[in-house]
Amino acid sequence: MRKTVNQKAWFFVLPVVLLVAFNAVIPLMTVVNYSVQETFGDNVFFWAGLRWFEDVVTSERFHDALIRQCIFTALVLIIEIPLGLVIALAMPRKGPWVSVCLVLMALPLLIPWNVVGAMWNILALPDIGLLGRSINALGIEFNYTREPIAAWFTIILMDVWHWTSLVVLLCYAGLVSIPDAYYQAAKVDGARPWAVFRYIQLPKLRHVLTIAILLRFMDSFMIYTEVVVLTGGGPGNATTFLSIDLVKTALGQFDLGPAAAMSLIYFLIILLFSWLFYTLAMRNEAR
Amino acid sequence: MIAAIGLKDIRHSYVAEPRSDEDFALKRMTLDLADGGAYALLGPSGCGKTSLLNLISGLLRPTEGRILFDSTDVTDASPEQRNIAQVFQFPVIYDTMTVYDNLAFPLRNRGVAELEVDRRVREIASMLELDAMLDKRAAGLTADGKQKISLGRGLVRSDVNVIMFDEPLTVIDPHLKWQLRSKLKELHGRTRRTMVYVTHDQTEALTFAETVVVMKDGEIVQIGTPIELFERPQHTFVGHFIGSPGMNVLPCTVEGGKAVLAGQPVETINAGLWRGNGKHLELGVRPEFVSFATEGIPVDVVKVLDIGRHRIVEAQQAGSRLKMLVPEGVSVPTGAAHIRFDPLHTQIYEDGWMVS
Repeated sequence: MRKTVNQKAWFFVLPVVLLVAFNAVIPLMTVVNYSVQETFGDNVFFWAGLRWFEDVVTSERFHDALIRQCIFTALVLIIEIPLGLVIALAMPRKGPWVSVCLVLMALPLLIPWNVVGAMWNILALPDIGLLGRSINALGIEFNYTREPIAAWFTIILMDVWHWTSLVVLLCYAGLVSIPDAYYQAAKVDGARPWAVFRYIQLPKLRHVLTIAILLRFMDSFMIYTEVVVLTGGGPGNATTFLSIDLVKTALGQFDLGPAAAMSLIYFLIILLFSWLFYTLAMRNEAR
Repeated sequence: MIAAIGLKDIRHSYVAEPRSDEDFALKRMTLDLADGGAYALLGPSGCGKTSLLNLISGLLRPTEGRILFDSTDVTDASPEQRNIAQVFQFPVIYDTMTVYDNLAFPLRNRGVAELEVDRRVREIASMLELDAMLDKRAAGLTADGKQKISLGRGLVRSDVNVIMFDEPLTVIDPHLKWQLRSKLKELHGRTRRTMVYVTHDQTEALTFAETVVVMKDGEIVQIGTPIELFERPQHTFVGHFIGSPGMNVLPCTVEGGKAVLAGQPVETINAGLWRGNGKHLELGVRPEFVSFATEGIPVDVVKVLDIGRHRIVEAQQAGSRLKMLVPEGVSVPTGAAHIRFDPLHTQIYEDGWMVS
């Protein structure tokens, strides 16, 4: 069969090409541009090759931030995914409480991120914050501006409070879409609640859980605003995650080259993890 | 373990506090299903047949009345306690399990020994012709294969009281429908389990069931064998709903113990029993029992439809139309003609119900 040559199609693709160009390609290429050059200001650039990349990859500061980031994301996923699932399972499926629960669940998601940080900053203050004072009143030394453990505890608690709702809402949507007949068949087959969860609910939630894990991975790996408002990356560097480190390098020290190289590596890590996870999850599906 | 099922004066409403009769999806009824029978609940959508099924299986609790399995009152028992099996409209399978594990699931849940599980699963799989797929993931099967698994999960337990089918062929391809239907019939013959089959399709009901329960607006209209429903519909609805084309229903009067249609006396089986209680009087005769004659009721032939071995003839009689089935080889007159009804298969109905 002869192919019809039709160059008019480009015309229809153009808007998307422009949008993607201004939205992604041009900013990204600017960063790539910075990452291979050295500048001392005045818009004067010198070729630097892969030097910044080598610097970043071998820098201990970057390694520490990356490890902190991985631990934070792992903790967040380990807590939020099961917790969100459990809450979704416990939520009512019909009746007047459904909307009450949904609104309560959606609330944390509607609060601006810097406000979340400010809220928890005040809440966890050891002298006047409700949480901070309460913990100290129990006889436990708690001061997130001084102790790394306390800072981590507060940050994890804040993130769980802020983002578990997302997992809950996704799982809940997945749960209510399971037809009644499955539950009825399970009843007839004499399945215990655990078996219903294991063989009906969990398999049917596969897709939403994949999405939930992916979203929570990406978002937690890029966390910035809440932590900056809460701890500013401290005490010391205890809560300096990749994004905070990046901003410190780029805007604090104005090291544009190393910062650009770092953001590219940062971007590639997220892309690689997401791609790996998604491919594995979907390959399982096809089997 | 198999039991006779008795529904005593049950009524069901989905409204929390039913006040009027309107609030009841199922009107008061008493129904007995014998041990080992093949029953069909037949009726149009919304007639309450699925509600009735769910009452028997225990997925619903009746608002009023008792449900007995043999002499045990199971009104408050769960589906599991009632020990029933149910096949749903859409195939329900456990996606992550193999066909084997799907079939074994109800037995394993009840703590049956693995050796016995294996024996039962293989027996049922060969009955359903699923042997070759036992190790496959159930999710990969076609709709009819999945529906066989649902059925197999019911058959695999040897002590099930009754197997219920809720329009199980809805999602099955037409050419596989009759296969699965005859499979069901064959399985009933082999296992002699009580089976209750819900459908709105008369062919499915009449081919599967020994006894058909016809329902309309939450009420049982007639219980009978397929032949009884065909030859003696107790209600004009049954006459209309069963048969293709359905029964002719024509307004008539009764004079001196005989039905009168268009000024002509018509022999019926039950006009003599009429005492004149109701308001609305009708005569019912199936198209199969109407034939052309040299004299009798005058009609005008309006339309002839050839359906192969028969022709459906539509004729105009006074204000109403009637259909007749004319076999091959019999000539159909054009224009004005006379017809007669088979007296043994012509009956009169009072307010819809057969006069008796």
